[in-house]
Amino acid sequence: MPVIEARRLVKVFGRGDAEVVALADASLEVDAGELVALMGPSGSGKTTLLRAISLIDPPTRGAVTIAGTRVYADERVLVDDRRLRREKMGIVFQAYNLIPFLTAAENVALVLTLNGMPAREAFRRARALLTELDLGHRADTHPATLSGGEQQRLAVARAVVNDPAVILADEPTASLDTERGKAVMDLLRRLGRERHAAVIVVTHDERMIEGFDRVYHMTDGRVARERQRASAAPSPSAAPALTP
Amino acid sequence: MNLAARDIRYRLGRFLLTALGVSLLLATVMAMGGIYRGLVEDGLSIVRASRADLWVVQKDTNGPFAETSRVPEDLYRVIRVVPGVREASPIAFQSLQLRVGPAPFRVQLIGHRPFALGAPPAVIAGRPIARPHYEMVLDRKAGVPIGTEIPVGRLRFTVVGLTEGIVSNAGDPAAFVSLADAQEIQFLKANEAIRNDRARLAAEIRAEPALASVPPEVLAPVLQDTHQANAILVRLDPWADPREVTRRIGRWNHYRALTTAEQEAILAQSVIDRARQQLLLFRIILVTVSTVIIALIIYTMTLEKTRDIATLKVIGAPDRTIGALILQEALVLGLLGFGLGWILISLTYGYFPRRVAILPFDQYVLLGIVVGICVVASGLGIRRALRVDPTTALGGG
Repeated sequence: MPVIEARRLVKVFGRGDAEVVALADASLEVDAGELVALMGPSGSGKTTLLRAISLIDPPTRGAVTIAGTRVYADERVLVDDRRLRREKMGIVFQAYNLIPFLTAAENVALVLTLNGMPAREAFRRARALLTELDLGHRADTHPATLSGGEQQRLAVARAVVNDPAVILADEPTASLDTERGKAVMDLLRRLGRERHAAVIVVTHDERMIEGFDRVYHMTDGRVARERQRASAAPSPSAAPALTP
Repeated sequence: MNLAARDIRYRLGRFLLTALGVSLLLATVMAMGGIYRGLVEDGLSIVRASRADLWVVQKDTNGPFAETSRVPEDLYRVIRVVPGVREASPIAFQSLQLRVGPAPFRVQLIGHRPFALGAPPAVIAGRPIARPHYEMVLDRKAGVPIGTEIPVGRLRFTVVGLTEGIVSNAGDPAAFVSLADAQEIQFLKANEAIRNDRARLAAEIRAEPALASVPPEVLAPVLQDTHQANAILVRLDPWADPREVTRRIGRWNHYRALTTAEQEAILAQSVIDRARQQLLLFRIILVTVSTVIIALIIYTMTLEKTRDIATLKVIGAPDRTIGALILQEALVLGLLGFGLGWILISLTYGYFPRRVAILPFDQYVLLGIVVGICVVASGLGIRRALRVDPTTALGGG
């Protein structure tokens, strides 16, 4: 059973002459432990699809199921979206979006404390993860003093610390040079597999998708699935292709 | 995890500067409240310092603080025999300008019989007036040390003691002298005026056949009579009914008896009321301005965190976490500003030229208002925060 299942999503902005169709019957499925890249030119609907899956911006029509829970009935959100995000999702942003007034350890531990974990245990786990990601020495540093690569690694740590079923990354390497970008992608790939999460990464950089299980291309709000990549590591399960 | 505490820690310098700004604003509100209370305290301090139960004044007047009131000095002897009266003593008031060194200063001169009713209730330094002439007990606010000699008209006084907190409704320090000295200062005319009056009297006597045989020297002392007072202070026996004594004195033709409460009410309503209303209005304006400024600061603090709030929403922070961040910061800002303001005003109120009476009740009311402002302002901020679109945290594509 797919962890992420989006079916026939339609998203329309504006009305009349100003109407813009951002998603046109877009569908995809991602299994647990599967790494999927979502590619396409600017304005193709990648971020809109990611927003719909992350329950940040509901689609006009269509259905999304996350870890077996149906979250939309067309525009209506059927679940507590923030609870679902903090319990089952980890999100990585293009611009890192770290909380500037929290230290690295606090940024990571925040997700755990929001889920009710006692602060002491949350900080222990956060520090352990930061050490694993070679950020242990920066645990008590505020994000503003970290390099771009360190900030993005920290953002990845925050996204995975809660062992989410779903990891969504929106252009996570856009602000990084190739070397650092690849390092972040490797990290996402490794952590996604280790934690058996369904990972969707939005990117427009072909060089960054090495080792991904599948690649979806988006054009004009439609999703087209590329063949399973030969270089990809074996996926725990192979999902059927869903193309419009 | 307390987000507010961490945000404050991160922006500590800026937060403290903002709190300092709020504290200056609140210190101004406290000062204005203190000036308002001080005006009332000052206005009533002389009445209260007299420790009298009744004030006997000239009929159809409101007493020496509101209008001119003159009564014979020896009226106190008559009043003393009224049933229920334990003690009665004449008192004279006059606003006067003195000079010690180059700087002139105004005082409220109070003439009283030494050791009788009307004498200062407490002398904090030196001693009370013990001699019938030329001694003065001055309020410390005048800043004149004991032993200083002060010329007043033809008299020269020596400061023998100091009082604390006895001033006129204009804020001028009280200067206690003997009644005889006060009468001379207030009622004794200049030598030239006396000679002029004598000449006029002699002319009038000559013009009136019935008085032609009276030598002017016999009537002259009448013109120079200084045995007058502005009021008679009365203290009653514990068992006496003030209304009964007042009614009895009121039956006499030329006098009116006021209770101390009535005297205070007259002072409050007729003498200091307009100034009090002015200060009250200004105080209300100041509180309103403070409310708007504090609310704007808190709202702006929220706006600055729009992106962080959007991120918090995206990572799943519930509304109560976001609301607590804003409310707690607002309360810390308000309480810190209030505390610093209180410290500031406590350190400086003694340097104000007029009394600033910082009453705990007023401070607690202001604290309540500050907390209210913070809650309301953070409510606006929270409302704004909860409307923040989480997509603000994401890029487009």
